[in-house]
Amino acid sequence: MIMADKDLEKIFQERVDNEIKIEPKDWMPDAYRKTLIRQISQHAHSEIVGMLPEANWITRAPSLKRKVALLAKVQDEAGHGLYLYSAAETLGVERDDTIEDLHSGKAKYSSIFNYPTLTWADIGAIGWLVDGAAIMNQVPLCRCSYGPYSRAMVRVCKEESFHQRQGYSIMLAMAKGTPEQKRMAQDAINRWWFPALMMFGPHDTESSHSEQSMNWKIKRFSNDELRQRFLDMTVPQCELLGCEVPDPNLKFNEETGHYEMSPLDWDEFWSVVKGNGKCNRRRIRARKEAYEKGEWVREAAMEYADKKQKRREATKAA
Amino acid sequence: MSNKKNWPLWEVFIRSKAGLSHRHAGSLHAADAEMALEMARDVYTRRNEGVSLWVVESVHITASDPVDKDALFEPANDKIYRHPTFYDLPDEVKHM
Repeated sequence: MIMADKDLEKIFQERVDNEIKIEPKDWMPDAYRKTLIRQISQHAHSEIVGMLPEANWITRAPSLKRKVALLAKVQDEAGHGLYLYSAAETLGVERDDTIEDLHSGKAKYSSIFNYPTLTWADIGAIGWLVDGAAIMNQVPLCRCSYGPYSRAMVRVCKEESFHQRQGYSIMLAMAKGTPEQKRMAQDAINRWWFPALMMFGPHDTESSHSEQSMNWKIKRFSNDELRQRFLDMTVPQCELLGCEVPDPNLKFNEETGHYEMSPLDWDEFWSVVKGNGKCNRRRIRARKEAYEKGEWVREAAMEYADKKQKRREATKAA
Repeated sequence: MSNKKNWPLWEVFIRSKAGLSHRHAGSLHAADAEMALEMARDVYTRRNEGVSLWVVESVHITASDPVDKDALFEPANDKIYRHPTFYDLPDEVKHM
């Protein structure tokens, strides 16, 4: 029996509406598949590129304790990238093709990683603000309608709560430290505050994929809702550090119970997305170099595996 | 798509503790089984998630087709006599 696409689409939407997960071999609309491939692979790229700004400080961590924690965090990001690439592959794309799209610039990654990490305090600010914003975005994705993505996000979220805490712990140490350390902490907050708020993406009115993604239950909350939640949660944490929120217009609205902030600089956001951030070229260059320099290793491992296999077969035959 | 020979895909199963069965955790690429095991350890068990790992090359898994779901599983739906609650017993029979 061959069903018309519109009937299949109706069954699909009913399943989604009833919170039944969609699994790789189930029928799904092409646009749903494409949206997920785009979103999951860009999410994977963000994890992988996200290792670069932090790796910058592994060798210069101020103590062994901070160093092993940062190493573990960066290793987690690699793992998260791998869970996500695998989830994307269940939709029928090849790993190599998604990586090729990153290298050619066709696929994007989170723009936040195009900012440089100038001091050790940046590592604190990244863990606290960038991972904090990422967690805010990712927790609802654990309930995403696509099974493999949702399962990957459950693992990621479980692991990431340590990331944010290690970041905040660095900020605490610096904010309570010498005047020089405190200056570094404040400087890092000044530079990461607005880029972190922009991680939630354009305003709801400007967000092109939002409505459809909500209907498909890929997305559960709008960009502005999540941004507001993050702001409300993060301002008191900044105050606890004894640092200033670098926004002259920040105020608490007693009536709504929410903080209000300055308008975000979307020209800067789009300029960084389009490749003009401080580190865009450096990030892609580093990824390509790693991939190209690893080529002989991948080939040699495959050759060695073939050789072992042949040897086993020969022994068996003898 | 490149025509290089890529590392095949493997499915990873983890036994979280003795007494429980292995459960699917995810997948990864590796050149052979030995490497797949090593990678599975790094990718899927960084926080004591398991005491035992299985890796199976994905091409060796035969899966049922979701289209056949009804044909395969529907027949079990109306066989309520396969469940203990189907049988009414007098209250005097306390534990059975």
